[in-house]
Amino acid sequence: MKDNGLVEFRWHGRGGQGAKTACLLLADAAFSSGKFVQGFPEYGPERMGAPITAYNRISDVRCSIHCNIDNPDYVVVVDETLLDTVDVTRGLSPQGAVIINTPKTPGQIREKLRGWQGTVCTIDARRISEETLGKNFPNTPMLSAAVKVSGVLEEKKFKEDMEESFHHKFAAKPQVVAGNMAALVKAWEEVQAG
Amino acid sequence: MNYNERLSGNEAIAFAMKQIDPDVMAAFPITPSTEIPQYFAQYVANGEVNTEFVPVESEHSSMSACIGAQAAGGRAVTATSSAGLALMYEMMYVAASSRLPITLACVNRALTGPININNDHSDSMGIRDAGWIQIYAENNQEAYDNFLQAMPIGEDPSVRLPVMICQDGFITSHALENIVLLDTDSVKAFVGEYHPEHYLLKQENPLAIGPYDLGCHYMEHKVQQAEAMKNAKKRILEVAEAFEKVTGRRYGLFEEYCMEDAQVALVLIGSSAGTAKAAVDTLRKQGVKAGLIKIRVFRPFPAQELAQALQHVKALAIMDKAESFSANGGPLFSEVRGALYDLEHRPRTVGYVYGLGGRDITPEHFQGVFARLEAIASGGELGPVYTHLGQRG
Repeated sequence: MKDNGLVEFRWHGRGGQGAKTACLLLADAAFSSGKFVQGFPEYGPERMGAPITAYNRISDVRCSIHCNIDNPDYVVVVDETLLDTVDVTRGLSPQGAVIINTPKTPGQIREKLRGWQGTVCTIDARRISEETLGKNFPNTPMLSAAVKVSGVLEEKKFKEDMEESFHHKFAAKPQVVAGNMAALVKAWEEVQAG
Repeated sequence: MNYNERLSGNEAIAFAMKQIDPDVMAAFPITPSTEIPQYFAQYVANGEVNTEFVPVESEHSSMSACIGAQAAGGRAVTATSSAGLALMYEMMYVAASSRLPITLACVNRALTGPININNDHSDSMGIRDAGWIQIYAENNQEAYDNFLQAMPIGEDPSVRLPVMICQDGFITSHALENIVLLDTDSVKAFVGEYHPEHYLLKQENPLAIGPYDLGCHYMEHKVQQAEAMKNAKKRILEVAEAFEKVTGRRYGLFEEYCMEDAQVALVLIGSSAGTAKAAVDTLRKQGVKAGLIKIRVFRPFPAQELAQALQHVKALAIMDKAESFSANGGPLFSEVRGALYDLEHRPRTVGYVYGLGGRDITPEHFQGVFARLEAIASGGELGPVYTHLGQRG
């Protein structure tokens, strides 16, 4: 554990997939649980499909550090095709974990991780999203998997806060609240570690 | 009443503007400050503010519209970054010399070229001599708090100068963080109403604003402007004291972090100071007497106060997030080093230019700077005084 209960996340996604939104949702959920939070994207040339990075710091006291996160505790990969071009586990804490959106098992995906020896978690966020929301919005399942694997937030409080947050966020289309909650619960059950 | 929220730096500024409900906002969007007029336009559309929102066609026009509105007797605000601030350049001087206390939210971004959207301080540092008060923030909380203090500072009869509230583009403007907000009634009570003594729409006392100023009066006017900037220092501290009474949060001309017994220290501005605090904490645990000073107010420049705070330091690094191409260090370096000249025992000082165009700076970078300062403090060579930090090669 770092000083002040600090837990650091790095998100890898592609422009337009919602990795930044997922990062802000995690910050939101952690704030609701009484934590100090940072959620921030690294801005480069913004284009649909280009690799993007976003970061979270979650701690018990306000964190004054405002640089990118080179040594995260957890890495979340929203698009598994990034594994071919981005060294996603660079600097990742050996005690941490990488959480990947893929239909493969941790054993099957490990060979793509350039010698990473630590924990690998997988979640088929695309299928879950399509089953529960009818479309590929991997944010909610990835957020759920990241919270479960990291243990950074208490389960019951997290689920309650997210439901409230969905009601607020989707005030104009309340029909998607139930689907998002179903995606969240399903991802919590299905994420595998290996 | 203070309450907890989570907002990005841009959201915090837009929310402060909403709470203040100024008469006019004139703005043209530019990354990374675009969200400020974007959020504010929503408040206008929702009828949550009474502000006249003027969507102008350029930043030269947004500052011109603010000048017109403020001269008429209203309270005007705007927001911009980088090339937008550069396009305002001429009108920034007009605003300050016409003694119009406009408030500008500057979301710092590198000034072209090559074109770059990320953070450094080249935009606001380039315009530092325009006659605006400049106040810088480390995070979203300070950006919000500084914005609430801007009008009581700038509008005071002893000052009557425009105020620029600066924060680091993307690093704080787009980072969601915890923030403590003040309820709107308390904000309105703290900021007060704007009642200028002279203004264009005052029927009983017609006046001209911005006419040609011949040599026979021009210098007198400039000296008055310079005196106003001197007066601002006292007013900034008065407003900070009043703000502390309402919020419990204390502000000064700069923040001293672990400076009481510091032998090696940094002087720097903005979000990087927060990152450097982590390096200070690490070194303190190892028994190193490290500290830092974070500049809050760059204009007026707190020269005497800094000299006082730094007189016991043995080795000092002054760090600029802007390159001034002077071949002799950045603007902060020149000002701080000048401030130390009259001390009997001066710290040995070096300057660094860092973080240009968003180049990331970590606690480890600052630990490297402190290691050099420790060597200098124990009698080592000073080495080159003007260097860059964090670049390849």
